Amino acid sequence: MGITMTEQTRTTDSLNPVPSQKDDSAAIIRVEGMNKWYGDFHVLRNLNLNVRHGERIVICGPSGSGKSTFIRCINRLEEHQQGKIIVDNIELTDDIRHIDTVRREVGMVFQHFNLFPHLTVLENCCLSPIWVRKLPRKEAEATAMEYLERVRIPEQASKFPGQLSGGQQQRVAIARALCMKPKIMLFDEPTSALDPEMIKEVLDVMIELAGSGMTMICVTHEMGFAKTVADRVIFMDGGEIVEEAPPHEFFTNPQEPRTRKFLEQILQH
Amino acid sequence: MAEPMLKPPKIAISPITWVRQNLFSGWYNTLLTLVVGYLLVVGVGPVFSWLFFDATFLGSEPSDCTGTGACWLFISERLNFFIYGFYPDDLQWRVDVMFGLLALSFVPQFIERFPGRKWFGLFGLTGLPVVGYFLVPGGNFGLEVVESSKWGGLMLTLILAYIGILASLPIGIVLALGRRSEMPIIRGICVVFIEVWRAVPLITVLFMASVMLPLFLPDGMNFEKLMRALIGITLWQSAYMAEVIRGGLQAIPRGQYEAADALGLGYWKKTGLIILPQALKMVIPGIVNTFISLFKDTTLVLIIGLFDILGTVQSTITDPAWQNVAIEGYVFVAFCFWVFCFGISRYSQNLERKLDTGHRT
Ligand SMILES: Nc1ncnc2c1ncn2[C@@H]1O[C@H](COP(=O)(O)OP(=O)(O)OP(=O)(O)O)[C@@H](O)[C@H]1O
Ligand SMILES: [Mg+2]
Repeated sequence: MGITMTEQTRTTDSLNPVPSQKDDSAAIIRVEGMNKWYGDFHVLRNLNLNVRHGERIVICGPSGSGKSTFIRCINRLEEHQQGKIIVDNIELTDDIRHIDTVRREVGMVFQHFNLFPHLTVLENCCLSPIWVRKLPRKEAEATAMEYLERVRIPEQASKFPGQLSGGQQQRVAIARALCMKPKIMLFDEPTSALDPEMIKEVLDVMIELAGSGMTMICVTHEMGFAKTVADRVIFMDGGEIVEEAPPHEFFTNPQEPRTRKFLEQILQH
Repeated sequence: MAEPMLKPPKIAISPITWVRQNLFSGWYNTLLTLVVGYLLVVGVGPVFSWLFFDATFLGSEPSDCTGTGACWLFISERLNFFIYGFYPDDLQWRVDVMFGLLALSFVPQFIERFPGRKWFGLFGLTGLPVVGYFLVPGGNFGLEVVESSKWGGLMLTLILAYIGILASLPIGIVLALGRRSEMPIIRGICVVFIEVWRAVPLITVLFMASVMLPLFLPDGMNFEKLMRALIGITLWQSAYMAEVIRGGLQAIPRGQYEAADALGLGYWKKTGLIILPQALKMVIPGIVNTFISLFKDTTLVLIIGLFDILGTVQSTITDPAWQNVAIEGYVFVAFCFWVFCFGISRYSQNLERKLDTGHRT
């Protein structure tokens, strides 16, 4: 679904942004001419991106290209200085209420899990539904168990994160984010801190989630995952979106030399 | 997974094996064991004789102390003064009730299986000070007033330490959070407060509280000496507490803040549910350490004329009726302090073990 790219959107000219979709109103995330600096360092340069409901986007690129910074801007863990980010029809500004509203609708999974070590798995999952969504505890726990079953670790509910393996922790982190029933899920290299044998269990969960129609933006170097799941692959380098294309075109026929070089490097391994 | 799980092997060691493995493994350790054993017998033996075997426990007059050991009659005869100070005899039940409630709140904390011990502890932190506020000074509910100048001894020590500890923890938390605030004014105020109070010795704080504070207060508004000492001690202690807690706050990884933010928890929920519980747990040893120092530092109130347990003993050993009882007096004071400080320390170790969730970073 959702592969309606025209030829001109394949490569994004960073000086003359071209809207990716004709029907902008369907976009759940709109990034327009966004720039960000760390001090004098221009990390993100004139980014434009529209993501529609249910679309799965994979972002890849060399280390330091600004992938993390970019997706962290989408739930305002980082603030941008120029341009617009509109998530679910709410523009991200300094207004703290807008930020909170957006964060409620956007789940995030981190490279290092970031589970709360002093709370059990179940408490990790229930915390935000109870305190932010104001659900009754019973209901929150029932939802949490449902999601823990979906990530296939209901039996670990009463353990503490420190007692689980990395793969299990990451699946808990996914369940925790899902318990808020977000409209969008952001993943920042969810498998790159894991041992190889655990990567699959996490990717399986993510593939299943993609199948359920969730809008996903995923920073990852798992090219197999990108091929099976992504509607679009975005390649970033030096803070710019260099190329975006559906996966089979992206992998078989990359347009930009930088993309080709990157793909050669990572596909060697 | 059908096969039964193996139990970890039990390692049983007989006492004799233990002694051989730990005390007499090789000539070097054997020699060390013998030397240390000899020193213990020579050094600790006389102390025990003085404390127990040669000591006098029975009688009521100074002249009953005939042995070469300690004269514990001095303590037992003057115990009332050491515990209550000048608190009137017929009203001392009020203080006894407080001692009882204190024990009821905290003794269960050492008994793992005590039902509802959490509630007893909670009462100790909230209800107990309220009850004490009405019961000890009197003046309400038909209770006769006992002025704070009559309070003394162990009771005064406990009041100073308890209120100092109880009040300094929340103030310390607020100061520590304030010092890390992104709002410059709040941060500035907290930094100045902490740095000023921490740089002043407690003795100076107490002098200022008893001598200078009245000069700054408007006419007609005057706290009792005890109240002023309490305020001084609490604020001074809060500054220390704030720095201990800040250490914990700084040790929380950025990822915890980010995960809480990403879940939509606002500042207060993030702080209260995620950051503080972890930070406080991390600095329990430091917090307990400051508690114990404060407990002992309360003896400094002596210099502004308050008679805590050390003060009462100090003033009694000069009593001409009793000769040469200074050592007994000080041993008694040391023992009382040790009991409470050791109790605090044991409790904190229990707590650390209970809060351990197997997380290693
Ligand atoms: N807080 C910060 N202050 C200053 N510079 C930063 C900060 N965070 C990141 N950077 C810089 O911004 C650039 C982009 O960082 P970012 O983490 O987004 O890269 P990335 O594409 O996610 O890389 P990786 O694949 O290594 O995770 C890097 O050059 C990094 O050094
Ligand atoms: Mg990154």
